[in-house]
Amino acid sequence: MATRTEMIEARRPPDMRRGVVGWLRANLFNGPFNSVASLLTIVLLAMVLWPLAKWALIDADWLGSTREACTGEGACWVFISARFETIIYGFYPDAARWRVDLVLTMMALLIAWLAIPRLPAKRWVGLFALVGFPIVAYFLLLGGHFGLEAVPTREWGGLMLTLTVATVGIVGSLPIGVVLALGRRSKMPLVRSLCVVFIEFWRGVPLITVLFMASVMLPLFVPTEVEFDKLLRALIGIMFFWSAYMAEVVRGGLQAIPSGQEEAAKALGLGYWRRMGLIVLPQALKLVIPGIVNTFIALFKDTSLVLIIGLFDLLAIIRAGLTDSNWLGFATEGYVFAALMFWIFCFSMSRYSQYIERRLHTGH
Amino acid sequence: MTASNSASASSSDSPMIEVEGLNKWYGDFHVLRDIDLTVARGERIVVCGPSGSGKSTLIRCFNHLEEHQQGRIVVDGVTMTQDVKRIEQIRRNVGMVFQHFNLFPHLSVLDNCCISQIWVQKKPRAEAEKTAMEFLERVQIADQAHKYPGQLSGGQQQRVAIARALCMRPEVMLFDEPTSALDPEMIKEVLDVMVELARDGMTMLCVTHEMGFAKTVADRVIFMDQGQIIEQAPPETFFNNPESERTQLFLSQILGH
Ligand SMILES: Nc1ncnc2c1ncn2[C@@H]1O[C@H](COP(=O)(O)OP(=O)(O)OP(=O)(O)O)[C@@H](O)[C@H]1O
Ligand SMILES: [Mg+2]
Repeated sequence: MATRTEMIEARRPPDMRRGVVGWLRANLFNGPFNSVASLLTIVLLAMVLWPLAKWALIDADWLGSTREACTGEGACWVFISARFETIIYGFYPDAARWRVDLVLTMMALLIAWLAIPRLPAKRWVGLFALVGFPIVAYFLLLGGHFGLEAVPTREWGGLMLTLTVATVGIVGSLPIGVVLALGRRSKMPLVRSLCVVFIEFWRGVPLITVLFMASVMLPLFVPTEVEFDKLLRALIGIMFFWSAYMAEVVRGGLQAIPSGQEEAAKALGLGYWRRMGLIVLPQALKLVIPGIVNTFIALFKDTSLVLIIGLFDLLAIIRAGLTDSNWLGFATEGYVFAALMFWIFCFSMSRYSQYIERRLHTGH
Repeated sequence: MTASNSASASSSDSPMIEVEGLNKWYGDFHVLRDIDLTVARGERIVVCGPSGSGKSTLIRCFNHLEEHQQGRIVVDGVTMTQDVKRIEQIRRNVGMVFQHFNLFPHLSVLDNCCISQIWVQKKPRAEAEKTAMEFLERVQIADQAHKYPGQLSGGQQQRVAIARALCMRPEVMLFDEPTSALDPEMIKEVLDVMVELARDGMTMLCVTHEMGFAKTVADRVIFMDQGQIIEQAPPETFFNNPESERTQLFLSQILGH
């Protein structure tokens, strides 16, 4: 029996299209109908994009630090650059901002390390990212120990608050969601009912309500001596809310794994947690990466809802700037910039998930 | 695990599998009726019977993939109970090969064979890989060790599945129609591996419709119908002088008259 030991890479079909003109001819102008459709689309795009580009880039004002720098025609990005620090750090004291920088840099490095396949020691870096980093970040951001000045969470704000809420939400909701999904499929009736009740409760309530309840109602039930931070309450509410969604996404993946997989694992003597952790979950989670990332993106965008309980996230801090009497009338710039920031983060998550999906494909 | 269990587990003259008065229901449906069966060490048994007669259900009871409601199952001296620890102890001694292979698609062939050695037998990875390569060699697929199951043919996958089960060095192997999901040209390569295994003295319980395999390898052929063992006999008697009418009918259908 002749067998290959190497897989042959799938090759691209021979390229018939040569150069820009060839590509245009093959894709946009192959036939009269397509040519007309292409031309129309190009004209329409130009009609929309040109004024936008003119406003945002060509006629825009970029330099300066006061309102006088804004000459009128296009966007005035000075509005953003003049309050850039506030947009990033909120009301975090100037002298302590290096702590935020340090935490954000560490986070960026950790994410990059975990995201780039070539780098070694993934397990240890991952362990540090999940256990060590949150502790370090907690002490650095909150302060009050090791001679660091305490910065109460009401002084947090801007992008750093948005990232804090999003990171805690994402890192918290996935494992809780996985446990809930497993619980919902458990053979133990008590565990199963608890998970169903939990999931259905949180899924049935709008996030805004959750946040209101967390900030207004919780203090009514919890004795007043227990100081319960407003941000912490919001974080817990957001984590539970999204873990319910995550649980349903993961459950969809679990259901798609044929029962033969678990049976084979049982027959090999693997116990429940090993069967789940080594066999079923890796396959199920891989299957629902699009759904998981979809939930992450929704979570990231909905962090802006914390503004209704008086937390100043990225959007809220930009909005606050709009009411500054020195800078009235720059709402468009503010909202466009906020949208761009959110878009950059969400689009990155989306691209990375597509890349991971391709990488994890093992040909089945 | 009690002392008497471990004592009997090591004695070599006790039967490999002992089944007494086994009954099982799916709801109201009585799948297994009063099954009594003893499998000696080193014995090779082929189980056959019409579709839906309960063959799969029976052998899946032996490693508790199915739960029985009445009767006693003793595997290698350990009595089957609800206790998870005990069930896992039994499963370590019982290898199983499925109709649809059930390889783990996210793991390479080598990792498929290592995973239970590492996590159940707690072997170091290097040692596990050595054992895995040994058995992959035996089923003649060592050159594919680093591929994923999705990249192999059905026959190759089933041979990997056999190697994966053997890596745990089980006392008994259960086969549930290991060749019926395969294209005709691949059946032989899998049967060859099974014949080899039988020659080495492995205790085997094999649900199959490959009557050629039954004739050459089996010590005993068991015929099941409607959840009952209708007839059991050595292959010569079973194929040439079947006692019951149902067996005769089944044989005439399957041997294609
Ligand atoms: N989970 C289940 N719930 C209810 N009935 C079941 C279940 N599994 C199997 N059965 C029924 O039990 C009977 C025996 O099934 P089993 O799979 O053991 O048959 P088999 O002899 O292996 O048949 P085949 O040759 O088709 O594999 C069948 O009638 C089947 O419909
Ligand atoms: Mg069957």
